[in-house]
Amino acid sequence: MINTFVGNLGHFMVILAFVSSLVTAFSYYKYTLSNELEKVSWRKFSRISFYVHAVSSLSIVFILFEIIYNFRFEYFYAYSHASKALPVHYMISSFWEGQEGSFLLWIFWNVVLGLVLVHTNKTWEGPVMVVFALVQAFLVSMILGVVFGDLKIGSSPFVLLRDVSNAPIFQINPDFVPEDGTGLNPLLQNIWMVIHPPTLFLGYASTLVPFAYLMAGLATKRYHEWIRPALPWTIFSALVLGMGIMMGAYWAYVTLNFGGYWNWDPVENASYVPWLILIAAIHTMITYKKSSTALKTSIVLVITSFILVLYATFLVRSGVLGDTSVHSFTDLGLSGQLLIYLLFFLFVAIFLSAKEWKNIPTSDKEASVYSREFWILIGATTLALMAFQVILPTSIPVFNAVIESFGGISNMAPPADQEEFYSKFQLWFAVALALLTAVGQYFWWKKMDKETLKDVLTVPYIISLIVAAIIITVGKVYTISYIVVVMAGAFTIIANGGIFFQLMRTSSFKLAGGSLAHIGLGMILIGVMFSSGYSEVISTNMSGLTYKKDWEDDLNKENILLWINKPLQMKEYSVIYRGRNKKVAGVPGYVNVNKLKATERVNEAVALQDIEAKGKVYHKKGELVNIVLEENSYFEIEYYKGDDHKFTLFPMSQPNPTMGLISSPDSKRFITQDLYTHISAINDYGDPEWKDDEIYDVSPGEQFHISDFVTTFEGGEVLTEVDGVELQEGDVAVKATLVIYDNDIEKRITPLFLIRGNQVGRIPVVDSDLGIKVELTNILPEDNKFSFTVNRFQKDYVVMKAMVKPHINVLWAGTFLVLIGFGVACYRRYDEFIKMRDKGLE
Amino acid sequence: MKKGHILGIGVIAVAIVIIITMMGSASTYESFTTAKTMHKNGNAKAIHVVGELKKDTNGSVVGLEVGEDKTSFIFTMVDNDGMEQQVFYNEPVPADFTRSEQVVVIGAYKGESSSMFVAEKILMKCPSKYQETDV
Repeated sequence: MINTFVGNLGHFMVILAFVSSLVTAFSYYKYTLSNELEKVSWRKFSRISFYVHAVSSLSIVFILFEIIYNFRFEYFYAYSHASKALPVHYMISSFWEGQEGSFLLWIFWNVVLGLVLVHTNKTWEGPVMVVFALVQAFLVSMILGVVFGDLKIGSSPFVLLRDVSNAPIFQINPDFVPEDGTGLNPLLQNIWMVIHPPTLFLGYASTLVPFAYLMAGLATKRYHEWIRPALPWTIFSALVLGMGIMMGAYWAYVTLNFGGYWNWDPVENASYVPWLILIAAIHTMITYKKSSTALKTSIVLVITSFILVLYATFLVRSGVLGDTSVHSFTDLGLSGQLLIYLLFFLFVAIFLSAKEWKNIPTSDKEASVYSREFWILIGATTLALMAFQVILPTSIPVFNAVIESFGGISNMAPPADQEEFYSKFQLWFAVALALLTAVGQYFWWKKMDKETLKDVLTVPYIISLIVAAIIITVGKVYTISYIVVVMAGAFTIIANGGIFFQLMRTSSFKLAGGSLAHIGLGMILIGVMFSSGYSEVISTNMSGLTYKKDWEDDLNKENILLWINKPLQMKEYSVIYRGRNKKVAGVPGYVNVNKLKATERVNEAVALQDIEAKGKVYHKKGELVNIVLEENSYFEIEYYKGDDHKFTLFPMSQPNPTMGLISSPDSKRFITQDLYTHISAINDYGDPEWKDDEIYDVSPGEQFHISDFVTTFEGGEVLTEVDGVELQEGDVAVKATLVIYDNDIEKRITPLFLIRGNQVGRIPVVDSDLGIKVELTNILPEDNKFSFTVNRFQKDYVVMKAMVKPHINVLWAGTFLVLIGFGVACYRRYDEFIKMRDKGLE
Repeated sequence: MKKGHILGIGVIAVAIVIIITMMGSASTYESFTTAKTMHKNGNAKAIHVVGELKKDTNGSVVGLEVGEDKTSFIFTMVDNDGMEQQVFYNEPVPADFTRSEQVVVIGAYKGESSSMFVAEKILMKCPSKYQETDV
């Protein structure tokens, strides 16, 4: 039965949220302009209106989740993003897999941030909330789903499947509800994907806060007062956005199979660029607080970071990226609306700043080379250039679209080797940044001139040269550019480390945010250099099979074919593929597929043998077990050094009906490096096409060959009981035992032969690992021989790739340190704001 | 000249370098015919070609040869101008490859005879589940 009530309620809440956001914007506007007497009532009304907006927005979120949670597949959103097999935590991912859900996530965070701002501000509430409410109105309009004639505004998450689908079933039965949904994109079925989007969207949403303070400051002519309340939020934003980006990178590293954490995909770039600008903004804002310079620069940077977030949204959601990105959304027809959203705030920001530009105080004094302002400005400029270098090529599809809309033809495509293209600039910019942070920190804490600068820098300079020399020798870094990276990284770590210890001795931890973040930057630089620059594919194909074409010599085959149980040498390791496994609920590790037989129900199987792990029996033979996502297979790869079994990896693969083969790597983590293994191709596990019959007549004890397996026929045995068959009086059941040797594996298979009256029954054995089917066809008592019919297919195999990623942990540790640094700085600046507010100065 | 001006000029200079490098490194969308001409003129730059897999009248893919060790393959692609070309890819066949509606190959012709296009990367557009109408 179709439940249309929830959807209608949801749609009503969307409209209510839209209307209330407009009312909130208007009433906060009136509140800001009104005199003291009227202010109280306008404020009360505005707050009520915002609470209505908050409650209706939260209701939309709740209703959409209800639809997914209760499998209401009559709704298109639930049908296309959820399925019954998904565990609850992945339903959360289903929620934001679609565009509508991700807009909702954004709306949700803005509501939370708005509530915090309403309750922490005194004088800023009015104008800041006008900006907030306007942004909310634009965001809610994206999920409005209202149609006026040909004009469609927004795409509602509450449309029914029958209204979107052309399937003929709906003409016969409009109340048809599909049994199951099409499920969540398997790449998103990862715990990092449950928390990465909310973090990233909180980062996106929070860039609105400094922007709103700035707009409020310009509109109410408080040209510099906005900096104090905005600064902790700018740092918060950089912290959360940075965390979101790194979670995404980590997710890519553990689930995607391109072999790294960063791919320079337009979607990644679109989040990286506003982050760089945010960092620049933080630095100029802090400079302004210290010495009243760089106010205009701060204004430009805060506007740019917010507009870049909107631009990123436009790139990812308008469909303009088309073929150039693996994970942009499909176009929902929102591109016009997104463009209006972007241009509206761009126009408002430019208009307000231009109008007030000449009133904004500037400092006339020329920054000296020995002043911190000068070095901060250089740093901010470097960050801005870094951002420019990334956003420009990322926008190539936009340039093409613009040229084509004016009737021109443009066939420009993004650079073919993106990694090489971006790295050659970003590497040197990052080196410059590392050096600037090291020098800049000294200027920050002390007055400097030529002599003192020489004095303070000599010691860290010498120490870092020694440290760099050690890293270069031990890590065998022999490329000039990488040597420079190591030196710059070491210099920033040592110099900032020195400052950090001084601060800890003389003042409090509260001030150490900057030096911690800069130490982290140095570590990231070194970690990226090692893990990417010295990433090495060790699974190079040594088989010597080529097409013998002249151009093929310079191509390295980076994948190897592993037949089951057959060892292959790969650099210092010898690897053996041992078969396919499943994850069973409640059982540690993995369970081989040969021990399980699927039932008709989703994610359920019967145990064909006792399921044992670590010496404990978890399931007895014949019991029903629950498989965790039955589509996922885990391929068991054993790694040996010499004869010693070192470790076993279980890379995952899922043949997906809509997306092809989805693979997730598995890595062995060492302190100094990761060994990363992923599956590139797998066997077809459908019904095999058996080859012609091969007949073998053998006597008990005789040895023979089935394909290239040495096989011993141990003998026949009369049975009194047979699984699954009830034996009657006079029936004869015979079991033949064959032992098949495949490399170091010994397999015992037992085909059966049954006689009842004149009829003969045969129960063959299929071994899918070895790709054989063996049937006991006849017993020839006169010759003392048994006759077997064998059909062959092919042995099980995987094609895999393995890489070494040295010192990737330095990168993760550095990231951690940067985030802690932001956290400390954010706390300090927020504390300042609260103290000033309570003194009545805000 | 003030330091501010020097800095400004420096920034503009770097920005110009960035733009020029981008123009230089940007790849282009070509057809197999223009790509072949580029190769014959000694231009080894990787380019993008958009097209489809060659299919027979029943709609099944033809011309797909998988290497003996399954780690590389050759396929026949028809570009938007209708020209057929054999393409070599040094990776295992992506599992949804034969179902793709459109393929973009990034690479260049190799060898003296320019008979084979070697792809460094393949992007595929597959029937999206959003467009799927069968329930």
